Amino acid sequence: MQTFEVIQPGPLTTIQDLGRYGYQQYGVPPSGAMDNYAFRIGNLLVGNDEIAASLEITLFGNQLRMLQDTVIAVTGADLAPALNGDFLPRWESIPVRRGDIISFTGLKSGCRAYLSVTGGINVPKVMSSASTYTRARIGGLDGRALRKGDILLTFESIPALSGARVPSEYIPKYGCQIELRVILGPQDNYFTEDGINTFLQSDYTVSAKADRMGYCLEGPPLQHRTTADIISDGIPLGAVQVPGDGLPIILLVDRQTTGGYTKVATVISVDIPKLAQAKPDDKVRFQQINQDEAQIALQEYEQQIQTIRHQLNH
Amino acid sequence: MSYEEPRFLAGGDKAIFIEFGDAIDLQLNCRVRKFKLAIEKARIPGVIETVPTYRSLLVYFEPQQISIQELRKALCSLMQPQVERELLKPKLIWIPTVYGGEYGPDISFVAAHNNLSVSEVIQIHTSTSYPIYMIGFIPGFPYLGGMSPGIATPRLETPRAKIPAGSVGIAGNQTGIYPAESPGGWRLIGRTPLQLFDPSREPSALLQAGDYLKFVSITPEEFTNIKESVANGTYSVKETIME
Repeated sequence: MQTFEVIQPGPLTTIQDLGRYGYQQYGVPPSGAMDNYAFRIGNLLVGNDEIAASLEITLFGNQLRMLQDTVIAVTGADLAPALNGDFLPRWESIPVRRGDIISFTGLKSGCRAYLSVTGGINVPKVMSSASTYTRARIGGLDGRALRKGDILLTFESIPALSGARVPSEYIPKYGCQIELRVILGPQDNYFTEDGINTFLQSDYTVSAKADRMGYCLEGPPLQHRTTADIISDGIPLGAVQVPGDGLPIILLVDRQTTGGYTKVATVISVDIPKLAQAKPDDKVRFQQINQDEAQIALQEYEQQIQTIRHQLNH
Repeated sequence: MSYEEPRFLAGGDKAIFIEFGDAIDLQLNCRVRKFKLAIEKARIPGVIETVPTYRSLLVYFEPQQISIQELRKALCSLMQPQVERELLKPKLIWIPTVYGGEYGPDISFVAAHNNLSVSEVIQIHTSTSYPIYMIGFIPGFPYLGGMSPGIATPRLETPRAKIPAGSVGIAGNQTGIYPAESPGGWRLIGRTPLQLFDPSREPSALLQAGDYLKFVSITPEEFTNIKESVANGTYSVKETIME
């Protein structure tokens, strides 16, 4: 079923789901939505499974024409979305008609918006996922970002009820300053005590080199004891890699699967969405927590999503 | 080299490293892959995937299904000698490669750097079976060991912006193959028509950790023919089981 025509793609709009698992052993990163929270809630709003393929829209400029009556929801960043030129509320399911124009007109807060649609976007799965990994041209629409003139299909589905709305207390506010909780390791012992203190007590700034692969930060360098090089090992999501220049790089969904630089810490999974919404010049601070605290944070996060799911179903 | 007891290292709240040692060593790498196999056979609920590298295994898990404490316990029980898994016999995969010319523009430099003739470089490069320690970095890229120090050459000072897929190169004392077109600083000595990574193939990566590869010198005509049969799906990769 033809549902969208891309009038303007914007700088980077890709099809994503929750990622591709089992292939990192072959060098293929998981990819998937950068902001797990906004992505999952978007799908819940339109009556989908949490994993249904949706659009990840980076910054502004994206414009789409509806080819079908259906229900959509926009979550994540506030990119000043509009429906036929009028204000389009976010975090809410919205009925749209064939011929309607959805546009993202400006950058108010955050960095990545998600456009979910009833049924989810229909593209062939590559290695069990619809997620686009542009560097190796895998998944999504021919492995690439959307272009002008692309037609996107969706799966047939019973249309969701429109008017479902996420309670305001569950809608994140995207500021210019974020705090990321980290668990130290795997190579924190490669850093001096001063190096670790610098890491945990300094303000860092998101540099211009920030994308789905990773965010390079600027700020005080971390001091290594002797070397920044290790025998290459795996790289988890959120790993804070520190090469010889001492500046942290947080590795994200499109990261290289293995690497030979020290990793001082890992950002906990529930804080990745905050980083996904950060832009160049935003400030980042790190806070150390332990495994037990991280588990509690994850339980609360999942509990919150379940609460929203129940509220939307009523 | 090898630690007496494997070490658990933190990889955040959804991943954990099991590190077996701190060296590039075939036996150590073998332990990593045996442990990966043991985890796969044990089918531990909540384990999402594992990434074997030179000397450690990264295990991704879903804490909503298994807590890190339970996971560590399950992993420890798999470290007992009686659950050790036998690996399959390694395969030797033949990589047809055209050396020199436009395919390997740096081969003369490599030869001159090592006081060798170009044909001696080819002879040395094709005489070794290279162990594949791990696949990683980008899709299908093999980390190889075993190159003769006699052809070691430093990287380019300024990396090339574009290197064709299949390029075979040397960087320091390592040799490797670029699976996809990419920028890079390796000295290029040749190119293979084989496709190291193909998302529509199962498995998508041609090479697997634990196997070996051997380069075989071919002519530019053979390169063109093989490339064609790879493209239309009629090429079968030559491989033999190693005893």
